[in-house]
Amino acid sequence: MAAEPVFEQELPVKGGDFRRAGAAACKIKALLKDMGFDQKTMRRAAIASYEAEMNIIMFAEEGCLSLAVTPREVRITADDRGPGIQDIELAMTEGYSTATREMRELGFGAGMGLPNIKKNSDVFRIDSKPGRGTRLEIIIRVNGRGE
Amino acid sequence: MIRLKDVVALLNAEILTKDAPLDIEFPKVFASDLMSDVLASAEPGSLLLTGLANAHVISTCSVADLAAVVFVLGKRPGPDVVAEACAQRLPLISTPLTMFEACSRIAAFREGKRGGR
Repeated sequence: MAAEPVFEQELPVKGGDFRRAGAAACKIKALLKDMGFDQKTMRRAAIASYEAEMNIIMFAEEGCLSLAVTPREVRITADDRGPGIQDIELAMTEGYSTATREMRELGFGAGMGLPNIKKNSDVFRIDSKPGRGTRLEIIIRVNGRGE
Repeated sequence: MIRLKDVVALLNAEILTKDAPLDIEFPKVFASDLMSDVLASAEPGSLLLTGLANAHVISTCSVADLAAVVFVLGKRPGPDVVAEACAQRLPLISTPLTMFEACSRIAAFREGKRGGR
């Protein structure tokens, strides 16, 4: 059984709001820093959060990053209402992207987002319903694999 | 290792953020315009060279623990972006050089320090 979270917070993310991109991820990193997590765990959680946040901003109408922390792990759930993903296997392929030129000009949409979230997670689950939305579950363990 | 002051001198760069700590050292250097690649592959503490000059560069560095940014081709982000970098204590510098020339000079400096030539 996973331990009950000792801290939980929800961070709403608005689709198309490029100006505030990174605000949720930076908040998560700051919270984890205040809680005394090590740099590697913080960095992995922040990178995974940032990629998930950018995906909501780029593709969804609205969404939310939920942070749940136990002494041993950081759980981040990204839920959005949006177009969903037709072919998850294809979306998980490095370099595959449906980003627009505008997104690429901002430095995103290289097709590395989902693979990079997976790389920084110890547990990664993705569930998407085309036309409805996408849910990502990310677990990062303290002293987890990572790099 | 290469220090910020070495980078400034090598690249004829202008320091954009006040009170930048010129003695900080970078174990690694990463060059990219794609922030996705920075998030995926840059190591913590690296110096970033980029041709992208917007707020996402600052967020990316903050999230992925990059230590300073060089904007190439004389690019410079807006004052709000510079202010955010100052708040996060992320040094920003701007060089008129191309990405290739900037990387070449840094690589030659590092080779020289290793005694490679």
